[in-house]
Amino acid sequence: MATVATQEISSKKLWGGGMEPMKASYGKLMMWFFLLSDAFTFSALLITYGLNRFGADAYDPKQHGAEFKMSTDYWPVPEHIFDAVPFFHGVSMPLVFVGIMTFILIMSSVTMVLAVEAGHRMDRNDVEKWMLWTILGGITFLGCQAWEWSHFIHGTDTPTISRVFVNGQWTTKEIFGANLIENQYGPPLFADLFFFITGFHGTHVFSGVLLNILIFYNTTMGVYERRGHYEMVEKVGLYWHFVDLVWVFVFTFFYLV
Amino acid sequence: MATETVNNAQSAQKEIPKPQTKVIWRTFWILLGITALEFVIAFTMAHGTLRVSIFVLMTLVKAFYIVAEFMHLKGEVKMLIWSILIPTIFVIWLVIALLMEGDSIFEMRFFNE
Repeated sequence: MATVATQEISSKKLWGGGMEPMKASYGKLMMWFFLLSDAFTFSALLITYGLNRFGADAYDPKQHGAEFKMSTDYWPVPEHIFDAVPFFHGVSMPLVFVGIMTFILIMSSVTMVLAVEAGHRMDRNDVEKWMLWTILGGITFLGCQAWEWSHFIHGTDTPTISRVFVNGQWTTKEIFGANLIENQYGPPLFADLFFFITGFHGTHVFSGVLLNILIFYNTTMGVYERRGHYEMVEKVGLYWHFVDLVWVFVFTFFYLV
Repeated sequence: MATETVNNAQSAQKEIPKPQTKVIWRTFWILLGITALEFVIAFTMAHGTLRVSIFVLMTLVKAFYIVAEFMHLKGEVKMLIWSILIPTIFVIWLVIALLMEGDSIFEMRFFNE
């Protein structure tokens, strides 16, 4: 392939830029490779979760009682931990809230593709409309996550009794909620990984929203129309879909399995 | 490609083509359907290896649709598709290595004697 290229293009032009390897522009290619490296980071976090889960004692109905009870001794069943929904205090609705969050993120991914599609048609009004919906979806997701974190940190109405070693002897202690050191839902590592994984994902959503706002602003100012193409929408779109992709994995491995 | 988009821009000033969103919405319904099915399985099936395998399989199907359709990797050059897909072999290796490691940590902690 290289020989064909050198025959057709003078070496000055070949090394002076303007060539598109793999028929993708520089920005798009670099976005893909950045996302690949980001995928490695998220994989490392999720696999660490798997390692710790495999290495810990898990809840077993035969051993720990048929009805699930929170304890710091064994890894919990996620559907019994994530069962709270805003405005329904004390009502157990397993995985409902996280289901709503998943729907919001998939939906905002759809509005993002619609924005990209509108960009291909040079339809400025449509790009603006769909970018606004995408930004709204992102902000709603972040709001949901803020509520979920707040609930996770403050804990349930009844505490978990934990055995702790203080001043040379074993005593019991009531634990409400979770932080990086203690955790009422299970082993401390369960809370640590919850904060790290959903937090790192939330940071990505947050920066994605900022990028989307930037793209929306540039679109309204007619920057891309003057440039002649809406490739910027496509590149930021790639990032936004990646955030959705990561959530699909977080949803499965943190909430379902 | 650059000249192609400029031509598009010039024609766009006259009239904007109609949206082509059939594939996008089809992908959306597939993603939503799989997620709904995941919920059904989560509440009806007993915990076990089979359930986990079904969840992992469904996640991979969802990932395929997001990457292929939404991120449009399907429409890229073959070389680009492979340069994104092949490095994920390292992830598969890490999954196998660390889950086995986790298993042996479990053995050491609870079946030491």
